[in-house]
Amino acid sequence: MKILVCISKAPETTTKIAFTDGDTKFDENGVKYIVNPYDEWYALVRGLELKEANGGTVTTVTVGTSEDDATIRKALAIGADDAVRIDAKAEDAYQVATEIANYAKKEGFDLVLLGKETIDYNGSQVGGMLAEHLDLPFISLASKLDVDGSTATLDKEIVGGVQTVETNLPLVVSCAKGMAEQRIPNMRGIMAARSKPLKVVEASNPNKNTSFEKYALPAPKSEVKLIDPEDMDQLVELLHNEAKVI
Amino acid sequence: MSVLVYINSNGEKIAKNALEAVNYGKKIGEVTVVTNGKASDSSLAELGKYGASKVLIDRSFEGIDEQQVTRMVATAVESTGAETIIFSNDLVGKAVAPRLSVKINAGLVAGATAVPESNGTIAVNVFSGKAFGYVKVNTDKRIISLLPNSIQVEEVGGEASVEEFSGNAGESVITIKDTKMPEGDIPLPEAELVVSAGRGLKGPENWGIVEDLAKELGAATACSRPVADTGWRPHHEHVGQTGVAIRPNLYIAAGISGAIQHLAGVNGSKVIVVINTDEEAPFFKAADYGVVGDAFEVLPRLTEAVKKFKASN
Ligand SMILES: Cc1cc2nc3c(=O)[nH]c(=O)nc-3n(C[C@H](O)[C@H](O)[C@H](O)COP(=O)(O)OP(=O)(O)OC[C@H]3O[C@@H](n4cnc5c(N)ncnc54)[C@H](O)[C@@H]3O)c2cc1C
Repeated sequence: MKILVCISKAPETTTKIAFTDGDTKFDENGVKYIVNPYDEWYALVRGLELKEANGGTVTTVTVGTSEDDATIRKALAIGADDAVRIDAKAEDAYQVATEIANYAKKEGFDLVLLGKETIDYNGSQVGGMLAEHLDLPFISLASKLDVDGSTATLDKEIVGGVQTVETNLPLVVSCAKGMAEQRIPNMRGIMAARSKPLKVVEASNPNKNTSFEKYALPAPKSEVKLIDPEDMDQLVELLHNEAKVI
Repeated sequence: MSVLVYINSNGEKIAKNALEAVNYGKKIGEVTVVTNGKASDSSLAELGKYGASKVLIDRSFEGIDEQQVTRMVATAVESTGAETIIFSNDLVGKAVAPRLSVKINAGLVAGATAVPESNGTIAVNVFSGKAFGYVKVNTDKRIISLLPNSIQVEEVGGEASVEEFSGNAGESVITIKDTKMPEGDIPLPEAELVVSAGRGLKGPENWGIVEDLAKELGAATACSRPVADTGWRPHHEHVGQTGVAIRPNLYIAAGISGAIQHLAGVNGSKVIVVINTDEEAPFFKAADYGVVGDAFEVLPRLTEAVKKFKASN
């Protein structure tokens, strides 16, 4: 089975968010990047487990610049066989999905996995766009994925519950919690990652359908109102009359 | 301007986030709704109250298969000439809107939190709710998916006309094997009131006091990540940067420290109440109301107070 896992970087989760250039750019000064947790913990690890059970290969693909190579090596350290970087700065979901689709069409994969969203732009867009480009079914927010021959069985989140669905490969799947457990790379993995192939391919530079023009931080919260722990009637009264939420 | 709004009418009743999407569309232009399944003509005509002029219904298929829905909406875009297409950014919208974006070559603004600004840009949450970004669409057509609970639903009109419609949806290649809907639970992403608890509750056997309060309020229950990771509570209750992001009217957090990754998923809540024994807990900085006290005493007391309030109102 040929598995492709889409990997993107994201700012480390405790990053203090700030903007520069008149609030038009994310301030990358001092920001540490990690592999987007959904891509790493769920998509990549489930891909590796399926390979371990059924044989095959796990390739990662990233649209990014050489600055992304460190996060790509981390994915290799966790166990991917090889990595591809499409050489362009990722600025728009359509651009990223189109680049990956162009690459995936050429190579042909049985299964394309990605995280349910990135923790920076939270768009949840690339998976669906990629599936449409490839004319494949897309199972979004899957928490379970098993493959038997050419049949995939998945659990996916639906409003108010979980649905078990079946479909044929090839397939695009966005992965959510429950899919797999996080793996910490060991020393051997980290050493091996250094010599695994990281191929850089030329971008096809499609249109960017959207752009971020400006950013803003939310207004700071006003001071917390402390309530006597003995007097919950007062809290209920405030929630009703002042906050008007009950 | 001609606006097309897709709603999922496959449930027992039309969900609040669908009404939000119709309402939102009306703020932009003349609204045609497109949907599928077997909702009654009269329930669809009711969408007029929320701003729809016309409803197109494709009765040839049921359900929310994303490929079928994408084809149907694309057909409706063509026949109505809509320039703006609106979805709710719920589970269906998240699967369909990106597909449609490629199919009809329209830029997608995912997770909009407000109507377009006067310069045409649209606000979305970025960095898991730690900031806003303003998105410009560079294509002629645009797709906007609206974050649930972002606008107040208002009644603005009368009845909509309902027309049968053939969306050329094609066949589904996905077979549904089983559907599990936990009885009585309020789905977290749509809940207006949420009671949440963390490691401070010490163990799963203590969740009764959390559930009692939730039940009394008619609220959904949620939890912090370590609570879900250790199996005290199911994964779908995990809120935060790597769990579900929610924005209820009221979020009550007991025994949760308020780590930055937790706050990211809940700081869109209108009102936050924090109950914690430690007055230095970082969550108090993000709270509107704070109770420095033991959750094991405060939660049952709060449940009693809600009971009393309900009895006298
Ligand atoms: C990459 C990454 C992603 C993450 N994503 C998330 C996420 O999405 N969501 C999330 O929640 N976390 C996330 N975390 C974890 C986060 O950093 C915190 O560790 C976690 O939120 C802490 O959970 P907690 O508040 O329940 O537990 P603790 O931090 O242990 O806090 C327990 C709190 O309970 C209080 N307490 C104790 N006893 C009582 C009592 N009797 N009554 C009242 N209060 C009491 C304590 O004072 C303390 O404040 C993430 C971490 C990383 C590294």
